[in-house]
Amino acid sequence: MVSPAHFVALSVILFVIGAVGVLARRNAIIIFMCVELMLNAVNLAFVAFARLHGNLNGQVIAFFVMVIAAAEVVVGLAILTSIFRARKSASVDDANLLKY
Amino acid sequence: MVLATGMAQETQSLAFWVLAVLAVAAALGMVLARRAVHCAVLLAVVMLSLAVLYAMLGAPFLAFVQVIVYTGAVLMLFLFVVMIVGVNSADSVVETIRGQRVAAILVGIGMLTLLCLIIGNAAIGPAAPAGAGYSSGNLQGLATLIFTTYVFPFEVTSALLITAALGAMVLAHRERTGPKPTQRELARQRVLSGRPTPLPGPGTYARHNAVDMPALLPDGSPSTLSVSPVIARRIELGTGEFPAPPSETLTSGEVVPSDAEGEHPSDDDEHEGARW
Repeated sequence: MVSPAHFVALSVILFVIGAVGVLARRNAIIIFMCVELMLNAVNLAFVAFARLHGNLNGQVIAFFVMVIAAAEVVVGLAILTSIFRARKSASVDDANLLKY
Repeated sequence: MVLATGMAQETQSLAFWVLAVLAVAAALGMVLARRAVHCAVLLAVVMLSLAVLYAMLGAPFLAFVQVIVYTGAVLMLFLFVVMIVGVNSADSVVETIRGQRVAAILVGIGMLTLLCLIIGNAAIGPAAPAGAGYSSGNLQGLATLIFTTYVFPFEVTSALLITAALGAMVLAHRERTGPKPTQRELARQRVLSGRPTPLPGPGTYARHNAVDMPALLPDGSPSTLSVSPVIARRIELGTGEFPAPPSETLTSGEVVPSDAEGEHPSDDDEHEGARW
């Protein structure tokens, strides 16, 4: 029997994997993908908790998270392409003009 | 009846474990994969598994939205940007911060421990009896909630979407700084460049007529100009079938024929610069 706790545990694992990816990778696109993985993990937790409580509020929140993630991806990738156009690199280490 | 319920539960738990293992393996592969394209494909696997899990949790609408919006739209956008940005960009393997990966893994282990302790202490019970929104009226239930309780966030979301679309257009727009070159200037430039004719097509006089086969010159030597630089680079990294041409475009000297990707990660590192 699969209980909502199993789903929450899976969501925790996916979230941590995404967080490690964000911390360890250097390519901005892959970092973005890891952020998407974290958002998906949180969505899974929301849906699992909605099932736990037997109502639909969690599903509505997950839906809003999806909408906002889509908007975030659009703006983020646009920033990425414009940085790539200026600096010819997708690495997060090369965007360091504001560092010193 | 009891037997049927037991069967359904067995099927559900089997599906959960298969999908959970698949999702975690794909997520790990995504973090470990070198190329951004592989990462995108593995992320698609994770998202599709999550869509099925949503359907198992009684959220068919979210499952379809996950497939259509995330896998269909967001990931395809990622792939487009990978094609624009990531294919040719060589990132350095050098860690800018010493020990960053080890520190990231340690932070990950710590976070996992902490979150596992939290959900272990939370005593998450079995699912409550499914409410009205879980039978056949999932879509109606969601719509009712969105347009009653959550109507203000919904309206704010529309403002956010308009802002995001406008921002993407502004950020991706490229202003022309110089005047557009006329046809006369282009023709002059072309004649002055030393190659007024088009580049040779791939596969001419070669044994295979494919884009990755360089055209053969009259003396039998391959013409590097006939293959797109991206493909030529991939051939050089991959099978090594592309014979090392005595050309000025490939300055890396000896082409090391590596058998397959992944078998010689050090070779890949030297040539490509893994995308860490």
